[in-house]
Amino acid sequence: MDSLTCRHLLDSLSDYIDGTLDETLCREIEAHMADCENCRIVVNTLEKTILLYRDLPASDLPDDVRQRLYTSLNLDDFLDSKKNKH
Amino acid sequence: MSGHNHSDEQQLVARLKAGDQAAYAELVEQHAGRIYNLALRMLGDETLAEDVLQETFLNAFRAIDRFEGRSSLGTWLYRIANNAALMHLRKREPTTYSLDEPLETDSGEEVPRQFFDFCCLPERDLLSEEARREMLTAIDDLPETLRVVFLLRDIEGLSTRETAEQLNLSVSAVKTRLMRARLALRERLADYFAQSATSAETGGTLPSLS
Ligand SMILES: [Zn+2]
Repeated sequence: MDSLTCRHLLDSLSDYIDGTLDETLCREIEAHMADCENCRIVVNTLEKTILLYRDLPASDLPDDVRQRLYTSLNLDDFLDSKKNKH
Repeated sequence: MSGHNHSDEQQLVARLKAGDQAAYAELVEQHAGRIYNLALRMLGDETLAEDVLQETFLNAFRAIDRFEGRSSLGTWLYRIANNAALMHLRKREPTTYSLDEPLETDSGEEVPRQFFDFCCLPERDLLSEEARREMLTAIDDLPETLRVVFLLRDIEGLSTRETAEQLNLSVSAVKTRLMRARLALRERLADYFAQSATSAETGGTLPSLS
């Protein structure tokens, strides 16, 4: 990550990963990545990071939070019927 | 959002508008978990996250008559939740907290330093409970201005433009913050996986390098 090219690449990285970078710049980045292992790793691990976060399972709603939610919405009657539905 | 098709959703909306309590419960059951998690990540506080959760559904039930179906019910609901969470953020630090505050341009900080390639680690490492906790802590440790952008854009899946609108930011500010957030999280995960790979190695035999 010392060379100017690497830093320059960093500026366009988010757009590159989101597919919103124009084609000329994409090709520039890909050409650079072919020769620069560090940038290749950064791009790949950055994509992986986003994927891991995107697929991060949401924790279950804690039981007490769920119960108070239903009560605050006057939906106590439905508290048990749905509980084991997942 | 989920696997519900269009006509299922239209039916649910019709029942909600008719005041069907079972439909309310259905909506809550489908979305409460994700909304609570989002609010918890944004605010870092369980009590406030619970307030946001309750406010979201109260507001949604009150406003359901005005729901026009231009977006999905889920998207609509998350927008209400985001607004409620953002309101709490602004309330908490009204003087010091502004999403428009200029970012300190400490450019060295976002330059990658850790080049451990964790892409090809086995799933049991990438998806372990410990890794999951590390990922969540890493979000919590981001500066608020970056964290909110990352949550809306990459976790909630809003577009850059939608994120900008929600936060009253320019599109380019969203892009800059998103990139900094992503790079910071990548660095953190790369450090974490590099360390856990090292400790796994010292515990057993070294894998041969090709
Ligand atoms: Zn490079």
